[in-house]
Amino acid sequence: MMDSPKTAVSNPPVQPMDSNLGERDLVRRSATSDLPPPERQLTAVAKLIDVSKCIGCKACQSACVEWNDTHPAIGENVGVYTNPHDLTEDMFTLMRFSEWINPETDNLEWLIRKDGCMHCADPGCLKACPAPGAIVQYSNGIVDFIHENCIGCGYCVKGCPFNIPRISKADHRAYKCTLCSDRVAVGQGPACAKACPTQAIVFGTKDDMKKHADERIADLKSRGYANAGLYDPPGVGGTHVMYVLHHNDKPHIYSDLPDDPKISGVVQAWKGATKYVGLATMGVLAVGAALHGVFGKPNRVTAEDDEGAEKLVTNKTGTPEERV
Amino acid sequence: MPDVERVQPGDDIHVERGEISVNRYGPAARVNHWITAASLILLAVSGLALFYPSLFFLTGLFGGGQNTRALHPYFGVVLFISFFVFFLQLWRANLPTRTDVKWVSQINDVVAGREEKLPEVGKYNAGQKFIFWSMAFFILVLIVTGVMVWQAYFAPYVPIETQRIALLVHAISAVLIICVFILHVYAAIWTRGTLRAMTRGTVTGGWAFRHHRKWFRELASRRRVDPAE
Ligand code: HEM
Ligand code: SF4
Ligand code: SF4
Ligand code: SF4
Repeated sequence: MMDSPKTAVSNPPVQPMDSNLGERDLVRRSATSDLPPPERQLTAVAKLIDVSKCIGCKACQSACVEWNDTHPAIGENVGVYTNPHDLTEDMFTLMRFSEWINPETDNLEWLIRKDGCMHCADPGCLKACPAPGAIVQYSNGIVDFIHENCIGCGYCVKGCPFNIPRISKADHRAYKCTLCSDRVAVGQGPACAKACPTQAIVFGTKDDMKKHADERIADLKSRGYANAGLYDPPGVGGTHVMYVLHHNDKPHIYSDLPDDPKISGVVQAWKGATKYVGLATMGVLAVGAALHGVFGKPNRVTAEDDEGAEKLVTNKTGTPEERV
Repeated sequence: MPDVERVQPGDDIHVERGEISVNRYGPAARVNHWITAASLILLAVSGLALFYPSLFFLTGLFGGGQNTRALHPYFGVVLFISFFVFFLQLWRANLPTRTDVKWVSQINDVVAGREEKLPEVGKYNAGQKFIFWSMAFFILVLIVTGVMVWQAYFAPYVPIETQRIALLVHAISAVLIICVFILHVYAAIWTRGTLRAMTRGTVTGGWAFRHHRKWFRELASRRRVDPAE
């Protein structure tokens, strides 16, 4: 059995191969608490997107559509290059274009960011998902949606700090970038990385990608981008899709990339305290009611009550005075 | 204090072969009540299946996770409409009165079943009123938050941060309404002779005399002035 692929550049192996991403490689499984530990640890992989090298050609987007065999609807041009206008269940990655005037140089900078799932080490989508096994995380870091287990509730949308999952109106299942788990499982890199003509997208082990990023950042710094840096946000435990940003001090200028993403406190409270306190409250009440029912005396109508009623209705004397 | 309706249209005393029976709910109110109850239970079961992974197997009752997800909000709409009709029938009789304050201050006597120490109450006691208003409140909160996270139709138009809050509030309200539901069912069973009010629609004279004497007195006095009977 082979380990994770180390590059997206090599050509596919010609001999048939078994997939190396299976049930026994899972480190997390949605709505599952008793997941056995993985049998082996695959080397963590990562995709590195160097925003400074991207020319906005969208070869990656096309490769994504082609490999995943999705069929995004033909859209309408509203005067921007971003196309379609948002991620959809048929478009797992999207080049987002923004025009930014650098206040220091007064230069217009055309910022192009390839948006898509970040493959968080601590995935909010998975935390929120109520369906066992609809979202899984492999030991190589890939977060994948297992569509046959998905119930279409959209909780993953609320859990994700990057606004990535989209729910199909056709089959009511959640879709997003898979990091080409089906390619990675057989030793190949993601389709987008393979297609990118400028090597703005590279793929390999997470360690290699960080080293490669360091070289790129050093180069950018030497060319005047003092704040160039690696976007591998610690708030979600780091990500398996990372960016090299020339302005890493302000990620939000890249089409609202979150500055400090983390799983929302509201989601944590919903999936944490609410569950336990809720269970305890309902449990105590149900048990209390049962105990009172078994040990307490039921509140029964007595013979005096029947007599009293009789007297009241027939207007006999001896009707009790009204108690207030 | 507002003008509280102590007796509702249709409430009446009948004496047949020496047995007193009191009409408490007409057929329309009873049908309404059971639709509300059934949808509340279906909502609780389908909702809890999505709230606790250990209860996810309950989705099997609805034909799987996809169906549970799809059906739950529709049950909610049924609940909302049926409760709304029920609400219009009952709200006047559930307005608070001075007696309710006294009744609540003697909650120990209530739980111990010492009703002879409590003030006489009209058609509803403070406990029943509490159940009524909490149900009304939580059902309103649940429909509003539920619609906001209804993925198939509305969720895509609601900001994600709002949806997060809506789901948290929905889950908390669900827990609380289930607690109110447990109290409600328990009270109905503990107070023997109550269930028939919602099945047959009538209660015995003794029951009315013991638990809702003010209501019973009023019905009895109407009976005496009514020359037709
Ligand atoms: C009144 C109208 C209601 C509407 C429109 C509604 C709608 C929803 C929706 C859309 C969801 C998300 C899952 C799904 O799409 O099926 C949900 C979840 C849930 N609902 Fe409701 N609901 C309503 C009432 C209730 C009631 C009365 C209860 C409890 C008795 C309840 C308990 C729950 C629970 C426990 C969840 C799961 C929450 C979670 O996983 O955090 N709902 N509801
Ligand atoms: S839509 Fe599917 S993947 Fe997303 S949270 Fe619901 S079940 Fe999980
Ligand atoms: S970016 Fe969103 S969808 Fe992707 S792994 Fe992180 S939380 Fe999940
Ligand atoms: S293929 Fe490469 S250069 Fe082209 S848009 Fe995608 S990331 Fe940018």
